[in-house]
Amino acid sequence: MLRIECPWCGVRNEDEFSYGGDASVQRPADGGSLDEWYDYVYTRDNSAGQHTEHWQHLNGCRAWITVVRDTITHEIFDTAPASPNLPPGSGSGKKTNGVKS
Amino acid sequence: MHYSALSLVKQALSGNRGWTRAWRNPEPKKQYDVIIIGGGGHGLATAYYLAKLHGITDVAVLEKGYIGGGNTGRNTTIVRSNYLLKPNSQFYEHSMKLWEGLSQDLNYNVMFSQRGVLNLFHTDAQRDAAVHRGNAMHLNGVDAELLDLDGVKKLMPHLDFSRNTRFPVIGGLSQPRGGTARHDAVAWGFARAADSLGVDIIQKCEVTGIRRAGDKVLGVETSRGFIGAGQVGVAVAGNSSRVFNMVGMKLPIESHVLQAFVTEGIKPLIDTVCTFGMGHFYISQSDKGGLVFGGDLDGYNSYAQRGNLPTFNHVVAGGVTMMPCLARLRILRQWGGVMDMSMDGTPIISKTPIHNLYLNGGWCYGGFKATPGSGWVFAYTIAHDKAHELNKDFTLERFREGSLIDEKGVGASPNAH
Repeated sequence: MLRIECPWCGVRNEDEFSYGGDASVQRPADGGSLDEWYDYVYTRDNSAGQHTEHWQHLNGCRAWITVVRDTITHEIFDTAPASPNLPPGSGSGKKTNGVKS
Repeated sequence: MHYSALSLVKQALSGNRGWTRAWRNPEPKKQYDVIIIGGGGHGLATAYYLAKLHGITDVAVLEKGYIGGGNTGRNTTIVRSNYLLKPNSQFYEHSMKLWEGLSQDLNYNVMFSQRGVLNLFHTDAQRDAAVHRGNAMHLNGVDAELLDLDGVKKLMPHLDFSRNTRFPVIGGLSQPRGGTARHDAVAWGFARAADSLGVDIIQKCEVTGIRRAGDKVLGVETSRGFIGAGQVGVAVAGNSSRVFNMVGMKLPIESHVLQAFVTEGIKPLIDTVCTFGMGHFYISQSDKGGLVFGGDLDGYNSYAQRGNLPTFNHVVAGGVTMMPCLARLRILRQWGGVMDMSMDGTPIISKTPIHNLYLNGGWCYGGFKATPGSGWVFAYTIAHDKAHELNKDFTLERFREGSLIDEKGVGASPNAH
């Protein structure tokens, strides 16, 4: 069982959350090239080790969060609000340690 | 040594002291015509068909662990070809035909058992979809049979057939030629047959890098030194992204963990493969008597060969809903395998932008049943430097071109295929 710390609700079981995939992919600007869109929609680093990803606290506060997790050990290093519009330090989670929030 | 009834009798009479190793354990040479990275079923099958059908015998299969220690030994051994879309249907049916002659071809009993695969349906809409699929299968020359409730009762008498359950069974789509095979025997059989044709199988040899000159591969760096190669085929599903990272390429693949389970051994209960229609659950009974079953992915990127409890609960709940008597059994073993989940749920068997490097991956859940067919078309692709008619649609470029083969129709959500 993964135990994920929601920045708003505290540490909860993984089955309260829904997985949203790699958080490092960047949506191309309007008018982006075919290659940029191809990369955005289809290709992934799929790294073995530290992985920054989105989860939604679906059966909780429904907020989207960013989680840094190891894909080999499943260890979770860090969680933070995913919204770019929140001021730093929003939520009660740990510091973001360089995670883009 | 040729295996036969006669060889059994001879060995029995001489105290079984004359059996030889099934394959050699050679030191790697400095250079090979073809190197296959990955000594699972697909890599071994590729080497076998390269040697047997294309006369290319200067081949090495490099395996970082031991033969069949990856996903070949971590699946639920189901074989079927009940696909809807034409590229899948043709490819998996070709694989099915290879299965039907595989034990004789390899001179090794892979225990292929055509006990049938039955997909249950529970609503009128699901029945329509099953009829659609069954008709598509017939048009592609694949066997399919639509069963009503009585037909299902005959095949699987222990299901919950009550009418007051939330999702009553109303029928099923069966592929009678589907079934199971002994997964370890498939790896061992291909290894032995490839070895006897001159292929070097090199275990405990991890590929750590790929040496290149421009867009041409020169060979591979391994834990046992550099090995040169004219062509390199990659068949490491689960870890394809990691190997292609060595040449700076990102793939349309995510790695996810899929669990499977075996109960204690019991007397014969299920003599077919059966899947639940209102959840993801599939079950069969092994020849040892254990019920082998599985369900959904855990759902998040993972290279861990183990899964977590919520998925276990979810899978078992589906199973007990379909077949309540399962609740009485104890589970003996549980394991996880790392799946290459491609972005459209379909494999990639293809040339790559690098001249003499070939990719066989993206198998999602479906790798085991494809083993002979996958090796067969991958060997052709390497030998001729072009795709065979059967894998011409399984390209790496199809994502960029928009010509996806999305059997389930869920789009670029690898954890949903």
